[in-house]
Amino acid sequence: MRRIAPLRRMLSAFAGLMMTSIGLGAAGALAQDLPVVPYRIESGGISAPLGGRQGDAGRGRKLVTDRRKGLCLLCHSGPFPEERFQGDLAPSLAGIASRLTAEKIRLRIVDSTAINPASLMPPYHRIEGLVEVGAAWRGKPILTAGEIEDVVAFLGTLRD
Amino acid sequence: MMFPERHSRNNIEPSSDFYLPAFFIAVLFAINLSPVPFMAVRAAEIPLAQRQSGFELMQAETQAMQRNDLSNPAMLWVREGEKLWDEKPGENGQSCVACHGVVTGMAGVAASYPTLDTASGRPIDLTGRIQQCRTDRQRASAWPRESRALLAMASLIGLQSRGMPIMPAPDPISKAGAARGKALFNQRVGQLNLSCAQCHDDNWGRKLGSATIPQGHPTGYPIYRLEWQGVGSLQRRLRNCLAGVRAEAFPFGADALIDLELFLMERAAGMTVETPAVRP
Repeated sequence: MRRIAPLRRMLSAFAGLMMTSIGLGAAGALAQDLPVVPYRIESGGISAPLGGRQGDAGRGRKLVTDRRKGLCLLCHSGPFPEERFQGDLAPSLAGIASRLTAEKIRLRIVDSTAINPASLMPPYHRIEGLVEVGAAWRGKPILTAGEIEDVVAFLGTLRD
Repeated sequence: MMFPERHSRNNIEPSSDFYLPAFFIAVLFAINLSPVPFMAVRAAEIPLAQRQSGFELMQAETQAMQRNDLSNPAMLWVREGEKLWDEKPGENGQSCVACHGVVTGMAGVAASYPTLDTASGRPIDLTGRIQQCRTDRQRASAWPRESRALLAMASLIGLQSRGMPIMPAPDPISKAGAARGKALFNQRVGQLNLSCAQCHDDNWGRKLGSATIPQGHPTGYPIYRLEWQGVGSLQRRLRNCLAGVRAEAFPFGADALIDLELFLMERAAGMTVETPAVRP
């Protein structure tokens, strides 16, 4: 394993050069080392789980209610009776799974501006095309591929 | 809850090669999508009739704290400023009062800052002017940014304009600065990719977590902010917001911050100065 690691890093770097955030589909193991994994938008959504990961709804709920990490409740409200002070800049997350497919939810989290450039929602998994990003955040997406899949898995449970 | 109809605005996008494909993708998918009201933004600017100070959005207790000078903690800073007005800090023995007379003569000054500094040919904010007086006329050292003395002096001078209408500087150089400030105001920045306008033009009055978003007018600075437990400048507040959207905050005194203030004064023209205001 040790001897393979440098080669994998090289391949990852190569993949980083070759892939742009929009357009290429193949994710696989290499993508796990990239800050932003490649994905393909089709029919208004992203059908393939980012990096081929299986999300965990429990972890997703924690992210959604974490005001420093997921940030969701700053703008959205939802079925979280224990959470005070939920925002009202965006639609409630209650019943989102009955309104949107997992594919469409995934794209909205990854990059809502791909659907509407004027969208207020931050692009959670895009690092290109951002302006004056603070040094601590530069080159990093708001959520990693794995975290996005966790949130997608959790939001998929909000049917009512 | 009802959300008003919004229409899109075309001046909030940063130019970048991302947006061209994004635009086409948006057009392509628009065909498939059902109407999504949240995905658009409200009208560009706040109509005059709807313009209001953040004071109006505060809880009654906080409003009362500001209304009464005996309960407004910022008045402690003003009192300190009154002492400083008479002091002779430098080697030439000059005090503020020696040149300017009693401080009430400064009425209206803060209402029209930032303004053109004829010596440098550039806009200067009130803080910059105070520092200029300190170093050039009083031969004293400049006060550190956000120091108690500097905020005390700015609060004292600001108070003299309380109740007066904001009158943005009319000269072309200040106006050019305001135009640059407007571009900054509408520029999406930071990891969270938000512009000032998206919150303070498009979504004022709504809740960002526990906070009610104000329209973002500079009517009360320096302000006593409960969150700070102290008095702070407009630049401190602007830097807070920039950090909040995870953007690189301009350093204190940066031209960009003065440009933003010039625009905010233009945007708030005619509104009443409240200095020193209290905010949550």
